[in-house]
Amino acid sequence: MLVQYLPFLVLFIVAVAFAGGAMVLSRLLGPKRPSATKLEPYESGMVPIGGTRGRFPIRFYLVALLFILFDIEIIFLYPWAVIFLEAGAARVFLFFEILVFLGVITVGYVYIWRKGALDWE
Amino acid sequence: MRIPVDPSDWLILIPEFILLGTAIAILMIDAFAKAASDRSSPWISLAGTAGAIVAAVFLWGNPLSGFGGMIVNDDFGVLVSTAILTGTALAVLISVDYVRREELPAGEYYALILLSTIGMLLMVSSANLIMIFLSLEVLSIALYVLTGFARMRPRSQEAGMKYFLLGSFSAAILVYGVALIYGATGTVDLQSIADELISPGVLGNPVLLAGAGLVLVGLGFKVAAVPFQMWTPDVYEGAPSTVAAFMSIGSKAAAFAALVRVLIFAMGGLRPEWLAAVWVIAALTMTVGNLVAIAQDNIKRMLAYSSIAHAGYILVAVAAANRLGLQSIPFYLIAYAFMNLGAWAVVTAVTRKGEEAVGLSDYSGLFWSHPVLAGSMGLFMFALAGIPPTAGFTAKIYVFMAAVAADMIGLLIIAIVTTIISAYFYLRVTVIMFMERPAEPPVVTVPTPLAVAIAVAAAGTIWLFLFPGVTQSFTDTVARLL
Amino acid sequence: MFTYAWLVPGLPLLGTIINGIFGRFLPRKVVGTLASALVGGSFLVSVAVFIQLLGLPEEERHVTSALYTWISAGNFFAEAGILIDPLSVFMMLVVSGVGFFIHVYSTGYMGHDEGYSRYFTYLNLFAASMLILVMANNFLLLFVGWELVGICSYLLISFWYSRPSAVAAGKKAFITTRVGDLGFTLGVVLIFVAFGTLAYDQVFAAAGEVATGVITAITVLLFIGAIGKSAQIPLYVWLPDAMEGPTPVSALIHAATMVTAGVYLVARASPLYVHAPGVLLIVAFVGAVTALFAATIALVNNDIKRVLAYSTISQIGLMFLGVGVGAFAAGLFHLLTHAFFKALLFLGAGSVMHALAGETDIRNMGGLRGKMQVTYWTFLVAGLAIAGIAPLSGFFSKDEILAAALTAPGGHWLLYALGLAASLLTAFYIFRLFFKAFHGEPRMSAERLERAHESPPSMTVPLVVLAIGAAVAGFVGVPGFLAPEAGWTHAVAHFLEPGLAREPLVEAELPPAIGVMLMLIALAVGIAGIAAAWHFYVRRPGTAARLAQRAPAVYNTLLNKYWVDEAYNALFVRPGKALAAFFWRGIDAAVVDGFVNGVARAVAGLSLLVRRTETGYLRNYALAIFAGAVVLVGYLISTR
Repeated sequence: MLVQYLPFLVLFIVAVAFAGGAMVLSRLLGPKRPSATKLEPYESGMVPIGGTRGRFPIRFYLVALLFILFDIEIIFLYPWAVIFLEAGAARVFLFFEILVFLGVITVGYVYIWRKGALDWE
Repeated sequence: MRIPVDPSDWLILIPEFILLGTAIAILMIDAFAKAASDRSSPWISLAGTAGAIVAAVFLWGNPLSGFGGMIVNDDFGVLVSTAILTGTALAVLISVDYVRREELPAGEYYALILLSTIGMLLMVSSANLIMIFLSLEVLSIALYVLTGFARMRPRSQEAGMKYFLLGSFSAAILVYGVALIYGATGTVDLQSIADELISPGVLGNPVLLAGAGLVLVGLGFKVAAVPFQMWTPDVYEGAPSTVAAFMSIGSKAAAFAALVRVLIFAMGGLRPEWLAAVWVIAALTMTVGNLVAIAQDNIKRMLAYSSIAHAGYILVAVAAANRLGLQSIPFYLIAYAFMNLGAWAVVTAVTRKGEEAVGLSDYSGLFWSHPVLAGSMGLFMFALAGIPPTAGFTAKIYVFMAAVAADMIGLLIIAIVTTIISAYFYLRVTVIMFMERPAEPPVVTVPTPLAVAIAVAAAGTIWLFLFPGVTQSFTDTVARLL
Repeated sequence: MFTYAWLVPGLPLLGTIINGIFGRFLPRKVVGTLASALVGGSFLVSVAVFIQLLGLPEEERHVTSALYTWISAGNFFAEAGILIDPLSVFMMLVVSGVGFFIHVYSTGYMGHDEGYSRYFTYLNLFAASMLILVMANNFLLLFVGWELVGICSYLLISFWYSRPSAVAAGKKAFITTRVGDLGFTLGVVLIFVAFGTLAYDQVFAAAGEVATGVITAITVLLFIGAIGKSAQIPLYVWLPDAMEGPTPVSALIHAATMVTAGVYLVARASPLYVHAPGVLLIVAFVGAVTALFAATIALVNNDIKRVLAYSTISQIGLMFLGVGVGAFAAGLFHLLTHAFFKALLFLGAGSVMHALAGETDIRNMGGLRGKMQVTYWTFLVAGLAIAGIAPLSGFFSKDEILAAALTAPGGHWLLYALGLAASLLTAFYIFRLFFKAFHGEPRMSAERLERAHESPPSMTVPLVVLAIGAAVAGFVGVPGFLAPEAGWTHAVAHFLEPGLAREPLVEAELPPAIGVMLMLIALAVGIAGIAAAWHFYVRRPGTAARLAQRAPAVYNTLLNKYWVDEAYNALFVRPGKALAAFFWRGIDAAVVDGFVNGVARAVAGLSLLVRRTETGYLRNYALAIFAGAVVLVGYLISTR
């Protein structure tokens, strides 16, 4: 019964090992020239220490949000591609279906572009 | 696993696609021609909503299932969708001048309304727990934004933030419940869950029961059932009046449809277990909603508590879980769409820029300066209180009949007593409007679209009282599903 | 075949609806014309029904037509149906005919009143109610009309509701008649219990099969109702006060509607009454005593309308005397003639008041003869008619009642004597009124005398028409011994006979010699009364005052109306009020209101308490959701 979930265990181990390995490796291999700025934790370009009412540049959030949105939407293409392979005669339909999907994404993209969300200044 | 691909699946979603196309059109016009968008988007939205209604009616009496059984079309769904789309259309009508007055970005406003409506319609058609969650998110995210849409008003921001955080919280609980149900039954498909419940091993599984409870919490949050209702007054008060009007119908109707599908269609076999829980929630909801409404002197908060209370009455029908109950739910929702939207329309008319003049005292002597407006408000108050000749009366009668048929006399008595209590605060509005004569009468302008919305709502409120059979014949076919 | 007869009450009812809803938007002319025309139409339909009825053989003159089933519950069944028979047609003609003239007269009389459309709304409803009352084919619908008449009288008597006296009079009329209505209601219930139905036909057909005691109870109860409506002893006190209403209303109440309802009821229920001879005797005595009693009060009263009111009580008493001795047709005949001359008297009085800016005290009148010719002469005709001077209408009808009182099987010489005495007094007081108002020196202010004028045609024309009626209406009931060969004698009686309980006609056993003798006695009595009045008030003015001084006790008793009002006040009104006050302050305010308010306060308090949970803090809300989820899931798992 539990054996079925073995891949999850493997994935968990691999993930921990990968994250831990990356940190260890960079520690071992990377050159270290620490400065005050570099030692701060990365928080979307925001100064982590100070008053909670401090003002901060919202652009970082905007970019991050947009990135996540489009990132996840593109991921949907993957399961589509898997089904597309096996679809046979329905491929034409599937092709137009994904065009609609991409079209909607494009609309969103055009909209934020026109609204100036992509302008840094 | 092969996922079936069938182009005819798209037929089921025609109303949703119409709305999606409309929303996209509005967004594009807004992106490239801002001025034209401000003028045209309400009318485009209205046209799109009308098209969706036509498409929904077209789907009537035509049971379909698609997308691997994730989406179904049945008469119950069409009726609830009609309630939602009615609410949307009326909300758009009352928004026309409101959005202009409050200087809100029109294109985004209407697009978000339509997108949220898509989520609602999807939720009504969901035959799958995952679909329920997804559509819940679609409708909610748009609503979160709309709640905080009046960015310049701190109240609106606060409401948006509260709604967002609590909504996410309850959605998380819902997902957890879905996961537990999946763990116990091995499926998220509602029909399969119902099939699984036949085996005694599944039926007695505490994991399944816990999952059902958590789903109930998640949907209970959306319908504003006690004790998951506390966001409602704050959000309704802070949100733009039109948005509050819109969500008081749409998200409630959608969540009730999902609740019916989960509790009655999928988990009807568990009724002995969940009955007492729903019973208590319904009783609490009716009592708290009506009781606290008495203490309100802000009309938006009062309507929020009224909305909680009405959720309680519909929950009575859910608890009854019989033919009459199933018939009464869509009827109640449609009736509620008319009378509640009507009341909100009047609120929108009386409210001044910046959500001023929302106290009950602002209605003082409204009759003497605006007899028709006050008369309509009186009608909607009567309807909400369940006094004939209004649809609210008929709707309550159906619910009460369902309770009698299910032998839930205790709940029926609570429902009747709370109805009597509710008459107090509904009629108080009427008294304030008709019997007081203020030194200076309230200054109110009623623009044409708003007047049309009020007229339609009033006509619907009376029409459903005179001809309840029109929807009743629909709901008869609904009940055959049971 | 008579289905169109529903138009008779239907038309005035239509007027009520139209004037009631749109009246205030319509011009006065339209309101008044419409109201009058509809009642006129009602009269025309009645005439058509009458003619059609005459065309039928005598035994077929009884047509019931059901309009629709009204109530059907268990073994209780009632239909809204109309009965067309001689009695109902007779009443229809009287009510709609006299009613029509009063409507026309009102258009002039009320011409300047603010509540013009309200007035005609009520007036139409009054006519419609009375028509429903007389046309019903069962006791329940009769009851509906009965109650409608009661409410209309209340509305019209207190028509000038800003006058406290008018409001008090309206209340008095309503409450007093309600006492009678209670008896009537019980009577109807008892009829249903005893017969299992309320339809006239079935009830009357089974009248002989029911125990005498039950019949006696029913008839007594119905008669109590009749006493209230028709203002007989002891429930007559409301009628004189009812003068507070507009004068045409008084005319309508006295002549065509309301007070005649009691007489109609006894006549309609005559098949029951013949099975209760004891009750009939009570009816006769109550009527006779009332006739004399009211006439004595009228002798000294100085208010023109109140004298007429007591006169009505007295005349209705005569009608009851008639029906009480079994001469139903004679009672109804007098009802007809009375309708003419009493309406005429009232309208004449109204005309006088109209000329004198509302003055009603005859001590402030006099010498109006030259000022208002039409009013003078028509009033004289009415006076002669009511005094029973041949050959005016009152003579024949009164004579028939008196003859029946003496000679009918149910009669008694005492009844005859009472009736005769009442007739004597009637002739006296009516001519006292006449002489004091129209003859002698003018006693009003010079300015008023200057302004006094004849009334407009809308008022005088009805006067003339009614005067003609009052003069000749008696010929429809000429006794047979006067013209043994003519076919038209006793026309009214012959027409009405089939609708009434079979009772031998008085005339049948009355030898012409005795009949003529009785007539001469009645005539002599009438002339004697008039002569006395002439002697007292025209030839030797002041005689009356000297008489009053010589017997102050008698005079004061009469002037104060035997202190009946005061006695009622002490016996019923004050204890009633005390009881009401106890229920109000002691029971209602303290116990009932206390309970209701307590509940309301508890709800409000609870509301404030629960409201506290609404803190506005997000963390509390989330905690509530979480706690709710925990309890819910905990409960659901515990069900396993």
